[in-house]
Parts: sequence; C-alpha cells; structure tokens
Amino acid sequence: MTAVDVEPTPRRDRLPRRTLRDPLAAGCLAVLALVIAASLAAPLLTDYVPDHSVMADTLAPASDAHPLGADGVGRDVLSRLLYGGRTSLLGGTLAVLVAFAVGGPLGVISGFYRGWFDAVAGWIVNVIMAVPAIIVMLVVMAAVSQDLNVAMVVLGVIMAPMVFRLIRASVIAVREELYVDAARVSGLGDGRVMRRHVLPVVVAPSVIQATQVFAVAIGIQAGLAFLGLGKASQASWGAMLGDAFTNIYNAPVLLLWPGVAMGLTILASSLLGNAVRDALGPTGPRPVRKRRKRVVRQSAPAADVPADRLLTVEGLRVSYPKPDGEKSVVEGVSLTVARGEVLGLVGESGSGKSQTAFSVLGLLPDDAEVTADRLAFDGQDLLGMDTAALNRMRGHGIGYVPQEPMSNLDPCFRIGFQLVEPMRTHLGLSRAEARSRALGLLERVGIPDPERVFRSYPHQISGGMAQRVLIAGAVSCDPRLLIADEPTTALDVTVQAEVLDLMRSLQQEHAMGMVLVTHDFGVVADICDRVAVMRGGRIVETAPMRQIFAAPGHPYTRTLLASTLDGGPVRGEPSARPGAGEPLKGMTS
Amino acid sequence: MLAFLFRRIVAGAALVAVVATATFLLLNLTGTDVARNILGESATRSAVTAKSHELGLDQPLVERYWHWAEQAVRGDLGSSWFTGDPVGQSLVDTLPVTLSIVLAGLLLAAVLSVALGTAAALRGGWVDRMVQLAAVLGTAVPSFLIALVLAVTVAVQLGWLPATGYVAIDASVTDWLRSIVLPAVSLAVAATAATAMQVRGALLDVLRADYVRTLRSRGLSTRSVVFRHALRNAAPPALTVLALQFIGLISGAVVVEKVFGLPGIGSLANSAAVRGDAPVLLGTVVVTVSVVVAVNLLLDIAYGWLNPKVRVS
Repeated sequence: MTAVDVEPTPRRDRLPRRTLRDPLAAGCLAVLALVIAASLAAPLLTDYVPDHSVMADTLAPASDAHPLGADGVGRDVLSRLLYGGRTSLLGGTLAVLVAFAVGGPLGVISGFYRGWFDAVAGWIVNVIMAVPAIIVMLVVMAAVSQDLNVAMVVLGVIMAPMVFRLIRASVIAVREELYVDAARVSGLGDGRVMRRHVLPVVVAPSVIQATQVFAVAIGIQAGLAFLGLGKASQASWGAMLGDAFTNIYNAPVLLLWPGVAMGLTILASSLLGNAVRDALGPTGPRPVRKRRKRVVRQSAPAADVPADRLLTVEGLRVSYPKPDGEKSVVEGVSLTVARGEVLGLVGESGSGKSQTAFSVLGLLPDDAEVTADRLAFDGQDLLGMDTAALNRMRGHGIGYVPQEPMSNLDPCFRIGFQLVEPMRTHLGLSRAEARSRALGLLERVGIPDPERVFRSYPHQISGGMAQRVLIAGAVSCDPRLLIADEPTTALDVTVQAEVLDLMRSLQQEHAMGMVLVTHDFGVVADICDRVAVMRGGRIVETAPMRQIFAAPGHPYTRTLLASTLDGGPVRGEPSARPGAGEPLKGMTS
Repeated sequence: MLAFLFRRIVAGAALVAVVATATFLLLNLTGTDVARNILGESATRSAVTAKSHELGLDQPLVERYWHWAEQAVRGDLGSSWFTGDPVGQSLVDTLPVTLSIVLAGLLLAAVLSVALGTAAALRGGWVDRMVQLAAVLGTAVPSFLIALVLAVTVAVQLGWLPATGYVAIDASVTDWLRSIVLPAVSLAVAATAATAMQVRGALLDVLRADYVRTLRSRGLSTRSVVFRHALRNAAPPALTVLALQFIGLISGAVVVEKVFGLPGIGSLANSAAVRGDAPVLLGTVVVTVSVVVAVNLLLDIAYGWLNPKVRVS
C-alpha cells in the first residue's frame, strides 16, 4: 500500500450511528433537542415578555395565568425559563465557536510547524490557564460590556487553550506517524496533508471537547448572571437562580425550574460527549473487569511423591478470556523439580514458559484462568492457598528473579528499603538486623560499594547492578526454590556470564532448587541439571542436560539447538553439535 | 533543586506581572468617565474634574501605570475609588475566608479522589462504572449549583449547618469548620471527580508495571504493594491534575461565596466588578494569580519529593 492512500476516515462515518445505539446517548440527545425546541418556540409557548414585571404578581403561585408561578419581582417564571434557555444555548454555542475558531487553527499550526510559533503559543496558553476564568470574566464585564453574549465570546477565548492543547497534541501524534512524512516526501502539499490526514483524526476528540466546553460555558454564564452581572433585559437561568436565591426562605420552589433546566442541559451535554468517547473505543462499551479464581480441577493425594521432590506441576493449563472466546497459552504442562536441582525451561518467546513460571508463583494477571491436576510446592497445595499463605510462600519459600532489571525495581524507593521490607515481613528482623543482612547480601552478590547502593534509587545504578540487587532480593529470605525468568537476557554479554556464575554459586551454597526460564542453550549448558523444552504451550521433551545435547529426542529440540548454538560459543561442555532440524513452522502464539 | 525553585519563582513573578499589566490596561482603556460614575449624574462639572484629579485619572495612562506598578511592587495596591479603603487591607481581610474554603476543598478533593480512584482501579466491575459515571457528572455540574442545593437542603431545611456567614479560625475552630464545610464540599466535587479519574488511570498503569509483580513475588501484602508502593508511584500525575483543578476551585469560590454569604475575595471582586472599582478589581486579580502561583510552587515541591528522579537531579 502506498503511504498517500492510508486514510483513517471510515470510523468517522459510523460514529453518529454507533453513538445513537447507546440508549443513554439517545436520551441525552432527546433532552438537548427538547431544550432547543422549547427555547426556539418560546414566543409560541408563552404570551409573557420575560422581563415584564407586575408587582401584584410577586411570588404568585402556579396558576392558569402563570403555569409555573411568578418570581420575586412579579415576572412570569415559565417565560423566563424559555427565554433563559435561549440565552444559555446561545452563550454555550458562542463559547464553543470562539474556542474552536481561536484554539483550532492555532493548535494545528503549533503542532504542525512547531518551532518558535509553538513556543510562543504555549507560553500564552500557560498564562491564560493560570488565571481563574471567573475573575477574568468579572474584569471584562466591568471594563468592556455587561452583555452576557460578549462575556461568552471572551469565555471562548479563555477556553481556547483547552482546544489548542487537544488539537496540537493530535496533530503532533499524526505528524510523527510515518505515513505523513511519506505523504510529504511524495509531494503532497501541507494543505492536503492536513485535510487528508490531520483533519480526520481531530474530528472525534473535538466533538467530545465541544460538548465539554458547551457544558462549562453554560455553567459559567449562569454563575455570572447569578452574581448579578449581565443586562437586566437578558432573561437567563442564572439570573433566575439569583432571584430565587434572594427568596430562598419565602419560595424555595423558585430554585427548582432553572436548577433542573440547567442541570439537565449540562448533564445531557457532557454525558453525550462521554457516549461519543465510548462509541470511539475499540469494542464499544468497556467490559466489566472480572476476577477469575485459580481453580483446582482435581487434587490427587500426594502419596507417591518422592521425599526430595520440591515442586510438582501436573496438567497445568492457563487461558485468557478474549472477545472471540478463550485464548489458551499453556496446555497441560507437567514438570517436577527436586531439592537442589536446576531445571531449564526452554522455548521460544510465546511458548508459554514464563506463563508456567508465573503460575507457580501465583502472579498471573487477574483475568488469567488457571487449572491444574496438581500444583504443589514442598508438600503444600499451591492452588488451594489463601492470600496470606501464598504471601508467606512467595519470597520465603520461592524466590523470583525477573528478566528486565531496570523495570523491576520500584523507582520511588531506595534500594535498601526494597531489600529490607521483605526480610522484616518474612524473617521478623529488626530494622538494624535487616539492614546489616541486606548489606551482607549486596556484598555477596558482588556489589563493590554496598553502603552507597543501599542508599541509592534504582535510576542511579546500572542494569547489571540492578540485576544483582534483584538476585539479592530473591534469595534474601532463604527460599528453597528460585524461579528465574530469563535472568541474563537484558544484560550486556560481559555481565551475563558473571550473573550466571553468581546464580550458580548461590544455588549451590543454599542447595536451592531452581527453575530457569530461558531461550538460550548456552545458559542451559552452563547451569542446568535437566531441561524441559516447551513449544506452543506444551512440553515436547524433558531430559537430563547432557542427553539433550547428545541425543535430542524431539525434532523441535533439534531445531532449537541448531538455531541457538550456531550463533556463538557455548561455555561448559556441549557434547554434541546437532544437525539441521525441520523448519520452524507454526511457531507463533 | 534550589536552581529549579528559583526559576519557578522568577517565572511565577513574571506571570503575575504580565497578568496585572494586562488587567490594568483593560480596566483603564475603556474611556468611561469614572469620576462621573462615582459622583452620580447630579454632580457639578467642577466637582467631577476635581475628583478626576484626586484619583489621578487626568494623567497619561503610561504615567498612571508606572505609578501603580511602582507602588504595587512596594506592597501598596492603592485605594478603592468608591470607598477610599486601602485595597491591601481589604485583601488581607478577605483572603483568609477564600483560602479557608479553597484549601479545605483542595484537601477534601485530594483525600476523596485517592479513595475513589483507588476503589475504582482495584475493584473494577460496577464500582468502577459508578465512579466513572459520578466523575462525568461531578466535573460537569457547576459548583454553585451544588452549593445552592446544599444550602437549601442541609442548611435551610435541615438546619444542620449555618446557611450564611463566616467565623474566623482564631475566634472558634469548630464554628470556623461549621462555616466552611458546605462551601468546601461544593467546591471539592468537580476537583474530586477530575482527580479521581487521574488516580484511577495512573494506578491501573502502575499495577501493570513489572516492579509491582516483583514486589508481589517477594511476598509483600496487598496492602503494602498497593498503598505503599503503587499509590506512591501513581501520585505525581494525579498531583499535576490537582494543581490544574486548584485554579477551577478559585473560580468556583467567587460564586460559592455569594451563595453562603462569605466575605471573601470573590465577594470583593464581585462588588468591585458591579461598581467598576478598578483598583480593587486589579488587587483581587494580583492576589488570586499570586495564590495560584504559590500553590503551584508548593505542588511542584511536593512533586519533586514524590519523584526521586526530579529530586536528585
């Protein structure tokens, strides 16, 4: 496809219909239509002039002459309500038009050309946004004109920054998309680029923004009129509220009609904007977030389990609910780890190896559905555990080393605190004990200046250091099992070997069992006792490490060995160079 | 950090100066005969001229501006054209009232938005939907309408709290609290709604972060993971929104003060606007913008405290 042809327009045509299908949106439109119709038809619906006051009718109750009664100075409430609607609708419309007429073009120019224009416009916007709107309106009405419509034009200017920011951000987003650059290179003029690529993207958010500006403008206009500003001849809901407020003890019912009219108009307008936003969403209304429990399908009694067995996984399945049915990512995985044994879990990305590891820790996302015939750690059933028991088991029983060191430390807390907190929780150490133990751990994992790192924030240390810190954290509470998810993948090659050595020595020191998730047979050769090879959510082969290299049983294992071993030298002793396997097909998911 | 603060203070002072200058020009360029307005239709021509001279209105605009700016920098904001009261004293009298309700509203909004946003993010389902709907409604309804409803129901009908009036905090703390509860609640609704949505969004983002999974893998309780770690990380973006909302709170206060009969800056600005009392109006603009700048500066400091990357570098 050529870049110039890409046009994100089709959504625009369907948006109105999709919005209307939402009953709430249809209701909002009906309310707005009613308000507009009643305001336009005001002369037909009432014979009164809204600012004509008859002293004898002061605070008259509802009657045939005054269907909604009369106000504090004897003006007909119904006529003021209807004509007041005109003031509100006109005011809101003026503000929207001015805000978009000012903010729209400036936003497009700022976003499209950036540079000095953008800098100056941004500065002016900040000044305008720093001043409370009503204060500006008070100054303007005192200095320029008491006319509410003039005030609404000024309000449009004050609210233009909101439009400016929105349009500018949208334009920048489009601008940075490659296809616009491509369109420019292929000779489209700026005007056509804007019309064909920028405009369609900006329309929908502008509709939402317009409903918000409209609602806010009606509210501010009413506020000003309520304060007593505006010309007396201009009937408005705000002025009605002001009059009703002075009679709050005599006739509180006067507050009802203008309050309801204004509230409904504002709510209908902003809910309509919300409905448009929902209709724009990828699948219409948001689905309700469900929490699925981890389910044991059938828990067999642990009779035939060997005494040195640490981890038992039998028939593990993990799936996620998707709009078009379930998406299964682990399909019946079984594996075991003995005390002090290192199991390599090998497979390409997407094979389900990380999902298997997280299932053991109970750390899958909320919407994951987990079932297993058996999932047991050191004699305890992991699936039936309550949260408190699970938390005791995590960290204390099973340690976890993540893949990406820089994103796995909390950026807001010092490293020392992040090490000390679990030790105080699990081992019941005092602050000082935990601190000295943490410093010892940092030294043990090879950090040259433990005191400094202890005091540092994560962004102040390197990736290799961060991974050492995470390893220190994983072993801090003497776990019996360590689950490491690609612990060296994100590190520099030189650091990889050191970190791997560290993990192996820690594993031997503490006689920990270990599940090492990796796609790298070099790592496997280095450290693993046994290997389980995963593909497409299943384990295709489990065998002792030497056997995997010497005589891989499954064709997929051979393929995998071929593709990883050819890349670089392997430390340790790979006893076999496998030949070429079958081509990798159907390897996704 | 000090250099950062210094830059922000200079920028804030520049902002106040620009807004004050623009306001001064706007209020003095309109060409109405101020002295005639003050003295009324029946005043003699010579009396009007004398009044003009007394107020310095017969001098060129540039000179009047320099005179005003020079005095303003020294802390003297002039006197009211109508009552002759010094503007500075009026502001000192009214500022505590407005600050009481606005800061109480801000505090309320901060607490409530964290509670609602956290509940929506953690519970999901119908709690989330209700909070989202309430947030849309809360941001849309103007604060003075809420104030009117509260005044009619809670104050007038039920009589639980005073409908009007302000009690200074040094007179009686409980009466002060009673006098600011309803105004602060009216003001807090919109700010709560907007900030709660930000807390919800930021918290959902943080809860998906890798380090949250790692913290859970260490066996920390949900309470510690959510309330100590996740909320702390979600706070900076929420604080940015709260800072923006503060300006809206001051806007709302102008009208809400009238509903509850509070003698604050808003009432002062309102009566000055109705009369066309330029020095008083100018003074209220300078003070409100200064307050906005000061609060934003405080929130910046809080932001730095919450975000170690800003603090250290």
